[in-house]
Amino acid sequence: MPIDVLMPALSPTMEKGNLAKWLKAEGDRIKPGDVIAEIETDKATMEVEAVDEGVLAKILVPAGTADVSVNARIAVIASDGEDASSVSTAGGASLPGAADASAAAASPKAEPAPVSAPQTQQALAAAAYDASSEVPAGAEMVVMTMREALRDAMAEEMRRDGDVFVMGEEVAEYQGAYKVTQGLLQEFGPKRVIDTPITEHGFAGVGVGAALAGLKPVVEFMTFNFAMQAIDQIINSAAKTLYMSGGQMGCSIVFRGPNGAAARVAAQHSQDYSAWYSQIPGLLVIAPSNAADAKGLLKAAIRNPNPVVFLENEILYGQSAPVPKHDDFVLPIGKARIARPGKDVTIVSFSIGMTYALKAAEELAKDGVDAEVIDLRTIRPMDIETVVASVQKTGRCVTVEEGWPQSGVGSEISAQIMERAFDWLDAPVVRVTGKDVPMPYAANLEKLALPSVAEVVQAVRSVTYR
Amino acid sequence: MTQTRRPRLHVPEPPARPGQTPSFAHVPLSPAGAVACPPVDVSPEDTKDFASRLIRVLDDEGRAVGSWADFLGASEGDVLRRGLRDMMTTRFLDQRMLLAHRQGKTTNYAASTGEEAITCGFQRMLSPGDMNFPTYRQSGLLVSAGFPLTNFMGLQFGNDLDPLEGKNLPPMHSSKAHGFFTVSGNLATQYVQAVGWAMASAIDGNDRVAAAWIGDGATAEGDFHSALLYASVYRPPVVLNITNNQWAISSFVGIAGGHVPFATRAHGYGLASLRVDGNDFLAVLAVSKWAIARARQGYGPVLIEWVTYRAAAHSTSDDPSVYRPKEEAAAWPLGDPIERLKRHLIAAGEWSEERHEQARVEIEEEVLSAQKEAESRGTMIGGGGGTAPLSAMFEGVYKEMPEHLRRQRQKAGI
Repeated sequence: MPIDVLMPALSPTMEKGNLAKWLKAEGDRIKPGDVIAEIETDKATMEVEAVDEGVLAKILVPAGTADVSVNARIAVIASDGEDASSVSTAGGASLPGAADASAAAASPKAEPAPVSAPQTQQALAAAAYDASSEVPAGAEMVVMTMREALRDAMAEEMRRDGDVFVMGEEVAEYQGAYKVTQGLLQEFGPKRVIDTPITEHGFAGVGVGAALAGLKPVVEFMTFNFAMQAIDQIINSAAKTLYMSGGQMGCSIVFRGPNGAAARVAAQHSQDYSAWYSQIPGLLVIAPSNAADAKGLLKAAIRNPNPVVFLENEILYGQSAPVPKHDDFVLPIGKARIARPGKDVTIVSFSIGMTYALKAAEELAKDGVDAEVIDLRTIRPMDIETVVASVQKTGRCVTVEEGWPQSGVGSEISAQIMERAFDWLDAPVVRVTGKDVPMPYAANLEKLALPSVAEVVQAVRSVTYR
Repeated sequence: MTQTRRPRLHVPEPPARPGQTPSFAHVPLSPAGAVACPPVDVSPEDTKDFASRLIRVLDDEGRAVGSWADFLGASEGDVLRRGLRDMMTTRFLDQRMLLAHRQGKTTNYAASTGEEAITCGFQRMLSPGDMNFPTYRQSGLLVSAGFPLTNFMGLQFGNDLDPLEGKNLPPMHSSKAHGFFTVSGNLATQYVQAVGWAMASAIDGNDRVAAAWIGDGATAEGDFHSALLYASVYRPPVVLNITNNQWAISSFVGIAGGHVPFATRAHGYGLASLRVDGNDFLAVLAVSKWAIARARQGYGPVLIEWVTYRAAAHSTSDDPSVYRPKEEAAAWPLGDPIERLKRHLIAAGEWSEERHEQARVEIEEEVLSAQKEAESRGTMIGGGGGTAPLSAMFEGVYKEMPEHLRRQRQKAGI
């Protein structure tokens, strides 16, 4: 899908400006952050940066053009694999702030957007991320549990980088409360696999300090429920110090552990923090659903220079899946994966929610409903492009998560779809979430409090009117 | 059996409120030279007596006495004169920033008046690569580390001289190059981070030392206790400093549990601890030298309670006359650190009233000239200088700017 470059605004009130010059030519490769053009008004000049990667396929507004409307298409970028010479260049500079022809053509259902459409409703076609080439060529696939995949990810990164170490309660002698750090003490010794006193706030703070000194701590919380007392260190220090120090002091650290409900552990031990951490600028938030993603994303998290909250799931620890055996199997943070392609409805989930989503898709297939299931994998930054691209195809969306409904991950997806794909929607977005109650203990109540396959199926029926 | 006693809530009260006669009878003192200097590898057990006594070097006549003076050695006049100058600069800088606040040029400041010896003395004994994890009342650490005054004021005035690009609340500075970790407004987080930073030194096998700082009030935070626990378990090269200035805004030390000296907190954790006259520049130099050497040589952490008095208000939003006697600062038994060092230097033939006056004039000129330059780039008058670089707003959230932020930045037109 070609990507449009729009005339940016120098200020919120600017309506028109001059395109002073192009710094890239047609055919040039472009990376995010590259300055591709300069624009100006009578007050100031500004550089136009590329947000996307690809080839500058076509310049639609030549250098020196005056009075170009804000949000007019000024160029087209072809993404990888596209033929730069064949991208649609219809529309051009004459459509200020409006839907462009190529995007409208991409969706048979779309009405032409009104000229005065708010910026948030720009009917721009989104491009889905293609996860099909993530497995390194020739890598042997080994079936293992998510627990083993996480352990291997840490072990490989600890072998690769002497600055990486693991700390937390029971991570060394006991091999982890859930045995995720199995064998690490034996291989790396007690100075790199460190048992800590029982104070999450304490060892989170110690970890932040060590990260600020240049080490790369992997801080294990026995569960994220216990990390609530550490949240000040995670949010106020880890996430903000780079910013507050004017870029001087960053914090390369991973906070990891099981998140969400396990089984029969009730109100204080069953909480899903995905939405909580996903609100915080400065943090990256990852929640994998399977062993391969867990390994590739944990390795990426450890190598990343920013603080990462890595949300695992106790119930998923024992589930097995094929995992590439390769030291450089590192997945991109911030990219979703289409777990099951389909055309009738988009189901978006992550972590254990994917279990409900995929089972529901199977059941729906029996009734002839072809669901596309997207695994977000990263909650922040969220790959909303892939979700929007799917909704532009299906026109319908159901979100699934175990967390509570208000201000949840599904709420965010719903809002983003409304802003980005309103014209494609044939039904309201429906959220399937945990019930809005603290987790009860009794098995029958607990089951009721969590989302179910039946609820996902029912939600899909409601948005597909079947 | 009839019950004759019932539990009653004990709410500690300071010895004097406004209108009453100030008293510091509750602060244990020791004569100068009375507390001996132990070897730097002393066992924590053998420091127990130090926690309720007070290490002092300067006597009432300004002479340096006792074994701590011997440990410090013949400190060259230059080091002491530099210290005096740093303290005087800090005090005048504080005065100017308080005045700038009243003029609407800055929004918040916390002066360290009366506490300058601790920051200016300790910093002298650190080496490049060491790191302070400071509080917001420690401008002396920056002044004595040579941090440019114009940059200091740039943050206060919110203009383009601020190295932090307008992103942090004044006076919460940050300068890696000057060994000054980013100040956190959430009290005490830095204390346990300092321990983690020092653990990283030990893991790395280098000899860099971390200095944790906290006030008497914030020792109540969990971070303080976690820090002591981790310091005691892993024994990293960290100096754990408590600046006990007697007041946490309007709460006197008793509210923070200061009816026992804070230095004794170390005992339950098996940590070495010392209690020091924080208004005695030579005692600060000697004990800092001792503690930093102990940490650097791998003999373990030490907790130091620096006993001082917050002569200033808590911050620019505080009026201490409503909760403590106005005469309290004058009644403080440990005097003024600048006057005491001046008296010592004059007694030692290293200084004179004339030279002091000359230094005062020079320092005031230096600070005022820096302020003039800083103010020319904008102040907070009228809602803000507005010269902090707009382009920086989206930078530093992540190491590299992610796509969604780049989009937001473009949408904002900057």
